[in-house]
Amino acid sequence: MFSTSITSEQFLKAIIETIQMVGVSLFVGSLLGVPLGILLVITRPGGVLENKGLYTVLNPVINIIRSLPFIILLVAIIPVTRAIVHTSIGTSAAIVPLIIYIAPYIARLVENSLLEVNPGILEAAEAMGATPLQVIWYFLLPEAIGSLILSLTTATIGLIGATAMAGTVGGGGVGDLAIVYGYQRFDKVVMVATVIILIILVQGIQSLGNTLARKIRRY
Amino acid sequence: MIELRDVYKTFTRKEVKIEALKGISLKVEKGDIFGVIGYSGAGKSTLIRLVNYLERPSEGQVLVEGHDLGAYSDKELRAAKKNIGMIFQHFNLLESKKVFDNVAIPLVLLKKNKAEIRKRVQELLEFVGLSDKAGSYPSELSGGQKQRVGIARALASNPSILLCDEATSALDPQTTRSILQLLKRINAEYNITVMIITHEMSVIQEICNKVAVMEEGRIIEQGSVLDVFGQPKHETTQNFVKTVIQNSMTTSVRRTLKAEHGSQLYKLNFAGESASEPVLYEIIRSYGVKVNILFANTTEIQETTLGTIIVQLQGDPSQIEAALDYMNKHEVRIEEVKSYVLDINHK
Repeated sequence: MFSTSITSEQFLKAIIETIQMVGVSLFVGSLLGVPLGILLVITRPGGVLENKGLYTVLNPVINIIRSLPFIILLVAIIPVTRAIVHTSIGTSAAIVPLIIYIAPYIARLVENSLLEVNPGILEAAEAMGATPLQVIWYFLLPEAIGSLILSLTTATIGLIGATAMAGTVGGGGVGDLAIVYGYQRFDKVVMVATVIILIILVQGIQSLGNTLARKIRRY
Repeated sequence: MIELRDVYKTFTRKEVKIEALKGISLKVEKGDIFGVIGYSGAGKSTLIRLVNYLERPSEGQVLVEGHDLGAYSDKELRAAKKNIGMIFQHFNLLESKKVFDNVAIPLVLLKKNKAEIRKRVQELLEFVGLSDKAGSYPSELSGGQKQRVGIARALASNPSILLCDEATSALDPQTTRSILQLLKRINAEYNITVMIITHEMSVIQEICNKVAVMEEGRIIEQGSVLDVFGQPKHETTQNFVKTVIQNSMTTSVRRTLKAEHGSQLYKLNFAGESASEPVLYEIIRSYGVKVNILFANTTEIQETTLGTIIVQLQGDPSQIEAALDYMNKHEVRIEEVKSYVLDINHK
């Protein structure tokens, strides 16, 4: 009943793969998503660099990417993946769609965080004669930092969920283990173990995010 | 100096045009504490936002220190804004930054070096009486303290103009008074021109030397505070004045009044010099007029005493005439109170 077909090495490897996939795609996704989110906020009507053209293009594009189910996106962009990482299978092949999946998500989360900043503070910034870049750097981001950390926490947890499907392209990871061994081969031990690991991972990341946000806010 | 020349401001929201300002002209001289008062929706917030171009006028010109803000490029406009400090009703401090860093922000934007920033911020915090709070976060401060931080921040770049957008409306009366005294000090010590918008007449009374009364996007009355308080012409102005100066008889006095033949009610307004002269004594002694005082009140505005007395004068019409003449010559402004007989007949 407690017998299982996989080794602890396999398990460890899966955990490392998950961390790799989440880490890299979170990092690159943030590099794309955070500026995109800022762009959404500043170009929107009434923003500090209002730009109707850019906003009306950006806004639906982000919606379109976000409306694609990850499993479809994964397959649909295989040519793009191949062009970037020269392979369409394996962990690095999974990272490309993960980035494309998470960047618009992060953009939206960042947008929401920044929109929460008291408009009065932006008015004060404008009254001080701050340039748009100064408004972003000295007013918008510092005021939103706590909320931004929580947003990235949410994005990270979203990514962990998405990596489970990365197995479709041989990406590996804990989620893949759960599907291939636990679900398809009825290996209960793998199933339970992977679920426990995912719970610990998600809990840990959420607590880390909460603590960090609280520490940085201090108010 | 601030000058608005025939300024109009129209907002378009969802195809509906709202005229917020309809032809505003005003002039704030160097060193003035200029108050703009009006009920909410009168357009006063829009008005003050024009002065630092947070709002651009739809028509007309805004001149600050003689320069038309509309003629500036974005860069020039930003430079001009550093010369105009602004404080807000809800303070608008950065919650994520300590008091020190909040006050330092305008200097950081000006790319001053650290030593200079430290010196200036300490100086400013001392001026507003918050030296000991440099390391606190805004959330640890009271409303009055927050506004002091706002004031220190607004003064950081050494502006020549300070705009106050309902700066005391969120504060209790005692804190309001201390903030107003601080504004007065800023005006006196640094010769900074102050423009205040408010809906509280007490704010105008306490520190302004000039006032404009706004209603429905127009200025309905403006001038020195003394003149406007002394002889409010428009009904809205009268209502505002009433909130700080009681200038009518109490109902019970009114009720007991007898409409006598050969007697008339007059409201006598004294200001400055005339307030300290024994005018009533003179008219009793020299003209033999009987004086019945029904109401009296004095108020101090701009270090000038403003007195209002409502009297019933009894006597020979020619004597009364002569007495009124005498008072006129002594700069007592006389208004005949006509309605009282009617009032009584109705009751």
